[in-house]
Amino acid sequence: MRRHKTAEFVIVPTIAVVFICFYAPIIWTIFISFTRSGMFPSYSFSGLMQYWRLVGTERWHTAFLNMFVFGVLFVGFALILGFLLAVALDQRIRFEGFFRTVLLYPLSMSFIVTGLAWQWLLNPAMGLQHLVREAGWDNFLFDWIIRPDRAIYTIVLAAVWHSSGLVMAIILAGLRGVDRDIWRATQVEGIPRWRTYLSIILPLLRPVVLTCVVLLIINVVRSYDLVVAMTNGGPGNATDVPGKFVIDMAFERANIGQASAAAVIMLLTVIAAVMPYFYLETRRTGR
Amino acid sequence: MTDNNSPAFPFAFSAAQARRRRCGSRIALYLFLSGAAVLFSIPLLIMVLTSFKSMPEIRQGTIFSLPAALDLSAWVKAWSGACTGLACGGLSVGFWNSVRILVPSVVLSILAGALNGYALALWRFRGAHAVLTALMLGAFIPYQVILYPLVKIFSFLHLYSTLPGIIVIHVVFGLPLMTMLFRNFYAAIPAELVKAARVDGAGFFRIFFEIMLPMSTNILIVALILQTTGIWNDYLLGLIFAGHDNQPMTVQLNNIVTNGTGIVEYNVNMAATVLTALPPLAVYFLSGRYFVRGIASGAVKG
Repeated sequence: MRRHKTAEFVIVPTIAVVFICFYAPIIWTIFISFTRSGMFPSYSFSGLMQYWRLVGTERWHTAFLNMFVFGVLFVGFALILGFLLAVALDQRIRFEGFFRTVLLYPLSMSFIVTGLAWQWLLNPAMGLQHLVREAGWDNFLFDWIIRPDRAIYTIVLAAVWHSSGLVMAIILAGLRGVDRDIWRATQVEGIPRWRTYLSIILPLLRPVVLTCVVLLIINVVRSYDLVVAMTNGGPGNATDVPGKFVIDMAFERANIGQASAAAVIMLLTVIAAVMPYFYLETRRTGR
Repeated sequence: MTDNNSPAFPFAFSAAQARRRRCGSRIALYLFLSGAAVLFSIPLLIMVLTSFKSMPEIRQGTIFSLPAALDLSAWVKAWSGACTGLACGGLSVGFWNSVRILVPSVVLSILAGALNGYALALWRFRGAHAVLTALMLGAFIPYQVILYPLVKIFSFLHLYSTLPGIIVIHVVFGLPLMTMLFRNFYAAIPAELVKAARVDGAGFFRIFFEIMLPMSTNILIVALILQTTGIWNDYLLGLIFAGHDNQPMTVQLNNIVTNGTGIVEYNVNMAATVLTALPPLAVYFLSGRYFVRGIASGAVKG
């Protein structure tokens, strides 16, 4: 019995830290989002005032919408590309290690580095556009990074480049775990290989794919570094995202009320996105 | 002769037909993979090429061309002369700041994670499951939701904008992933091992240091890779909590590149970017399989 005490002695500080650093701040932020707080935290209750004001802020509209545009395109493309690459690598090819290394290396780099590299590559005056024009195609146009209506897609491009390898690695691990008998059975039945992947393997890998989706979605909601490095939210506010909106409001504009309300919406987005995953997980393992 | 892509085609085809189709699809497969590999390498390639060029050469604007001469001046300037605001100490300042943050953060967060994972996996006590769930959910919280109140707490503790402060922050934010990683690893160890050791009179810490840690080499390497790349690549936490005197390399890099005044020196910017990317890239290329295992274990956790 006394020895169990030692284990608890180790765990209690952890519980305290987790509560003080994770959960108490969440409660505080939620509370502040219902107050009049402006430059300083205020504790006078004001109902949904902060949320109404947020809904009326144009910059927030852009940021919130961007999260969905960026999220859907990024998750979609990263999943498709990652899955195709994983399937391609699973065909007992030569130099598998080499391909895997090259396709996964962007993941080891920070979003700041990724953003700065792509900013340089897509810079219309110096980068790809300039290159193609020099090569003879004089009116070639690829200036998306400075166009307010297109800049968000360049961030999708950089993010897909950074994270497809993650999907590839996780799905490849899943594919390696698929029972060899399934392949033998589909072979005997004469089912084409691509159909086997689509109708049998993909449903089998559902938990693995779901894990990828959750990991990617968390990155979408959190996204900050990549946007800061690539466009700093610009041109104008065209590539603003909630993650940047909150930081700017809290640490530059000194508007704690708006920062908290926006942060609560970020939290709700994560919960809405992750809930189905937990539900499926508990249903799968809870039996 | 060897049928090394065996589960490839149904028996319905004749052997010759199958071989012809297989050959065609093999070529398509290698084209796809090679194409992807080339596209994936372009950004790094361009960064490195640009960093070796002189500014007049860059203005000519052929980003894919090889540098005319191997010009190292951009690297020297990025390392020891590039300016952030008024300070022109180069990125070396940020590099050493990052090292000072990295080493204690990695060691402490791994130790904390291992100890917690061990306690949760092998020592039953009330509420263990609740602790685990609370920790795991912590990994899902977007930083932005808790940063401002954390700043308040850390200022209250006089840790805000200090080196110990940013280290504590990294240890705290590493707690969910590290604990899960070690818990899952220790959960596979038979409880009888602990029981036997306890019968022999070994206590909680003695079992941890003398039995558990020595058999944890693999998972320690995975944790080391995860935390080293993760903490080195962090930007947001360093920006907010490290304070001006301890700015990590990523923060300084972004300041150099995006807030540069006067003529933009793309070669210096790219040399600085490559320098910042180099440590995690080195870890990645040297660690190989372990890096993938880290991703996989991170994925299991969710």
